[in-house]
Amino acid sequence: MVQRHFILRVTTKLLMPFILLFALYVQFHGDFGPGGGFQAGVIFGAGFVLYALIYGVEAAEKVAPPGVIRVIMTLGLLLFVGVGYFGLFLGGAFLDYNVLAHDPVHGQHLGITLVELGVGITVAATMITIFLSFAGRNRT
Amino acid sequence: MQILLDIVSWVLLLAGSAFALIGAVGLIRFPDVYARMHASGITDTLGAGLILAGMMIQGGFTLVTAKLILILIFLLFTSPTSTYALANAAYSRGLQPLLGGPEPDPAALEAADPASAIPGQAESGSVGSVSGEDKSS
Repeated sequence: MVQRHFILRVTTKLLMPFILLFALYVQFHGDFGPGGGFQAGVIFGAGFVLYALIYGVEAAEKVAPPGVIRVIMTLGLLLFVGVGYFGLFLGGAFLDYNVLAHDPVHGQHLGITLVELGVGITVAATMITIFLSFAGRNRT
Repeated sequence: MQILLDIVSWVLLLAGSAFALIGAVGLIRFPDVYARMHASGITDTLGAGLILAGMMIQGGFTLVTAKLILILIFLLFTSPTSTYALANAAYSRGLQPLLGGPEPDPAALEAADPASAIPGQAESGSVGSVSGEDKSS
């Protein structure tokens, strides 16, 4: 295949790690500043969408196989719901963070981090799945 | 000292805003895609650059300034790339730039450079001839 759009390929390759790193920054800095799971998931998914746009859907599916992405998507939801029910089993309410650790402040911190991680994983995987299934629709 | 820094940063911020405004006016007033991209380039480089420089002076030697420098570097990488992608898409779909001079003969152009024979040449040729009539009238 002829190497078309050389500038776009080089720039994408250059920026891709920083896009994913920024997504993780937004994810884990969300406790202290603007950000959170949804935004981080969207940025993470947009990185993969950019990769698929420049390098093709086949290359993107090699990095993110649809079956694996679907499993990850459900695991993110499972993490969210699991944290909620874990609080229930420890004697609190559903999504009660106070009982997760030995004191309520640490419990809140741990709970919100895990729940946001679940949201981020689910959103990123859903974005990738939606894009790849629409982009790969015309293939035989 | 603080007043001097404030004055410098405000001059930079206002100059950057003025350049962004000029770029926006050009974006609306210029006739075709390529000229509009040329006008919007000024908001990306001078406008954003001067505004970021003014904010860096306000920030001093802090984490904020480091983040602003990173934003500037990302802008310098991404805005030429997006401009390239836009111009490439417009040109490869057969949109010819509006030229001020006399309209070149499409047949002669094709003979001189066969590689430039791209789909959509006929429509863009007609667009060019319309602009030529405007100029003569």
